[in-house]
Amino acid sequence: MTNPIEAIKERLANIPYAQTLGIETQFMGEEFTLVLPYRESNIGNPSLPALHGGGVGGFMEVCAIAQLILNNPNRELPRPIGINIDYLRRGRPVETYARAQIFKQGSRVANLRVRAWQDRFETPIATLNGHFLLGKDNT
Amino acid sequence: MDMNERLKLFWEVGASMVNGTPHARELGIQFVAIGDSQATLALPYSEPLVGDIQTGVVHGGAVTTLLDQACGLAAFTGFDTLGGLATLSLRIDYQRAAKPGQTIIGMAECYKTTKHVAFLRAVAHDGDETDPVATAQATFMSTGPRVSFEDALKARMEKAEKQTQTKTRSSS
Repeated sequence: MTNPIEAIKERLANIPYAQTLGIETQFMGEEFTLVLPYRESNIGNPSLPALHGGGVGGFMEVCAIAQLILNNPNRELPRPIGINIDYLRRGRPVETYARAQIFKQGSRVANLRVRAWQDRFETPIATLNGHFLLGKDNT
Repeated sequence: MDMNERLKLFWEVGASMVNGTPHARELGIQFVAIGDSQATLALPYSEPLVGDIQTGVVHGGAVTTLLDQACGLAAFTGFDTLGGLATLSLRIDYQRAAKPGQTIIGMAECYKTTKHVAFLRAVAHDGDETDPVATAQATFMSTGPRVSFEDALKARMEKAEKQTQTKTRSSS
């Protein structure tokens, strides 16, 4: 069996959108954190400046998908069904992190929550919760 | 205030607001149209937007960004004053995968504003409005220093006048 860390990196490499945002993966033991390095191209409001809300939302969506890949290595990529994003603070032009938690996984659908933060985990800049359709099982 | 003056101002600033957003430019989002409390943008298909190289389908996050941008522009036209905006919440339902190769259109409508909050709904489709790729519901907050439409128009007119004066002086 392939190492889950390598497997997740390989699967994310097949998501061009994740490369467009510049997303990287960071592992600490079994847990992983997605990293969105600061890039000028992810800015939504240049005069503040602030990261684009859509970009932060997309980043959290990729994080949810990555978590589902990790828990279902033999399935094809999951797809979002419905998501709710709450924007809590301005995304400053610094590195941003995201971590996802699966609240329920059924045979077809999973429910996840994602938190995106910058310096402090306790003060998230945005959260996402949503349902995702699991991909076809290839086992 | 005169509705035509308002619309003229929206058309003048609408395209530059989209083009002046680095992340919108990065994804290739284009300004299409603007109205009173509504905005339409386009996201032409491109490889960097893809969410799965097996299928070529555009990633949900790119659709999220298109809808967020369209809602922001519609919210801008919905407020009584001009100024900054911030997304508070965004709810998106993905009805189906977008067809690979097709441009996705994002249309947003601001159906209510209070002093500080705008309420919007939006649709993303790839050619047929009645068969959407995604539908969205959003709230935005007005932020920062704000100016009235009258003041914004006056400032623009004064600026334009100054420019014509300099032009006439330099040509005479």
